[in-house]
Amino acid sequence: MSDQQVDNSKRRFLLIASSVAGAGAVAGVAAPFIASFFPSERAKAAGAPVEVDISKLEPGQKITVEWRGKPVWVVNRTPEMLASLAKNDPKLADPKSDGSEQPEYCHNATRSIKPEIWLSTGVCTHLGCSPTFRPDLAPADLGPEWLGGFYCPCHGSKFDLAGRVFAGVPAPVNLVIPPHKYLSDKVLLVGEDK
Amino acid sequence: MSKLQQVPEQVLNWVDERFPLTSTWKAHVSEYYAPKNFNFWYFFGSLAMMVLVIQIVTGIFLTMNYKPDGNLIPGTNISVAFASVEYIMRDVAGGWVIRYMHSTGASMFFVVVYLHMFRGLIYGSYQKPRELIWIFGTMIFLCLMAEAFLGYLLPWGQMSFWGAQVIVNLFASIPVIGPDLSVLIRGDFVVSDATLNRFFALHVIAVPLVLLALVVAHLVALHEVGSNNPDGVEIKKHKDPKTGIPLDGIPFHPYYTVKDIFGVSVFLVVFTAILFFAPEMNGFFLEHPNFDPADALKTPAHIAPVWYFTPYYAILRAVPSFFGMQVWGVLAMGASNVIIAFLPWLDRSPVKSIRYRGPIYKTALALFVISFLSLGYLGTQAPTELGTFLSRVFAVIYFLFFLAMPWYTKIDKTKPVPDRVTMK
Repeated sequence: MSDQQVDNSKRRFLLIASSVAGAGAVAGVAAPFIASFFPSERAKAAGAPVEVDISKLEPGQKITVEWRGKPVWVVNRTPEMLASLAKNDPKLADPKSDGSEQPEYCHNATRSIKPEIWLSTGVCTHLGCSPTFRPDLAPADLGPEWLGGFYCPCHGSKFDLAGRVFAGVPAPVNLVIPPHKYLSDKVLLVGEDK
Repeated sequence: MSKLQQVPEQVLNWVDERFPLTSTWKAHVSEYYAPKNFNFWYFFGSLAMMVLVIQIVTGIFLTMNYKPDGNLIPGTNISVAFASVEYIMRDVAGGWVIRYMHSTGASMFFVVVYLHMFRGLIYGSYQKPRELIWIFGTMIFLCLMAEAFLGYLLPWGQMSFWGAQVIVNLFASIPVIGPDLSVLIRGDFVVSDATLNRFFALHVIAVPLVLLALVVAHLVALHEVGSNNPDGVEIKKHKDPKTGIPLDGIPFHPYYTVKDIFGVSVFLVVFTAILFFAPEMNGFFLEHPNFDPADALKTPAHIAPVWYFTPYYAILRAVPSFFGMQVWGVLAMGASNVIIAFLPWLDRSPVKSIRYRGPIYKTALALFVISFLSLGYLGTQAPTELGTFLSRVFAVIYFLFFLAMPWYTKIDKTKPVPDRVTMK
């Protein structure tokens, strides 16, 4: 060993340089592990549009189909059901659906393309449970002012028959309406509107 | 002494020269001096360790027959995972006992841990110098909740599926990063086979490793500063001048090992009674809808988490959405857990034990216990207007117990603390 003075600035440079290089290596190695947490190519591909046959859907009925692993509802609303929508307006959190998610062609009073046929994801905007269809008028558990709608069993959120959320419940916005279109009078396509 | 009789001693010496076997045994067991006035509340630490062992052993055996596969068996609506749990219950010899030990163990773990935490609360065991023990303990509690939640998904029944759906969506409500974060947790856009597989990996290896490391840290920190006791006095203040042993301390072994074996015996009587006579605990330990296979299109009519989560679940439900965001309930639920870790700094009382505290603290603690139990009850019930109102009241009391603590513990009257431990 020579009797030279220790050059601390060189040591510091080496320490910083090796730390940066080491951190870079760690980040590089971590990348595939973090990437593996995201949906795989197979999961991403499983999003094909779904056809719904509504020829047997009677007025007042609801059917459920699966699209991207989620329930999608189609409800054939009676004239009474449609009339109830406007009566709910004062009690709703977003009656005009301005802060909610729906295609432009459903951004209207009935939240649908044709007034009677209403299509929506059946997933509560609170924490993702599937609300229960409650078309009955003034049932004991939902109160005398209930005009029919959807009730989420998980946390008590309430929606009307256009999927519009009532004020003062945990769900913040209206039910999400996915893109959809009519292939014919009796067949709907969910997941694609062009 | 014959040469043969000296062999064990020689082996021990050989090991001790290479590994601190005898010294570790002495430091943590035979010469760890614990206060002589431990009472009933001091059973639950050792019981928690025993339940941890039960969970690890039964868990290992369950993985030998369980299949983390959410895909449906062709021609049925039953997943491979759900079927493998039924297979364990019906066809594997001894399988049902092992599984019920694991499911009963999960609930009993929380019974024991809640009582263990309550002990810390009433005797001020979190106060200086035991802050780190308390923080490690809080982290163990959080790990335990994660472990219980991850494990509950595995049978892939209706409650597994919808419980996971709700909890993962909690993360989605975080502004900006939430939606991507929930996809990252699920590994898919919906709760699916990918979610089941990763939850299985986390449940059987990742979280248990962290849990074990935290238990070691909890014990090492405890044995560094020494145990608190029902009087909340430091036994290390009065040591025998010759030996340096605390005058009020007794060696953990044999005194407390024998005491704990008695506690274990009583506990196992209760445990086996549940195991053989009421393993589902009428839906509280294993919920009825979980005997139906998962159905992504249909939420069960009434969903509630397992009993040990219900106090926090009630807090979650009590908070309405503001400004079009429902993240507040999630934040309140998270805060209700994390706030526990801050107890050492919230408590400004000069005394540790409830024996020497004044009426204000005792009242606050009583209200806290009532609130916690009431929230637990309300969390099991379907939401009603009255229930939501009561949940809000109790949630406020829950938080006030912590947030007002710096103030009310300061003004509270205290009684003089004895110099040495008492044996009442």
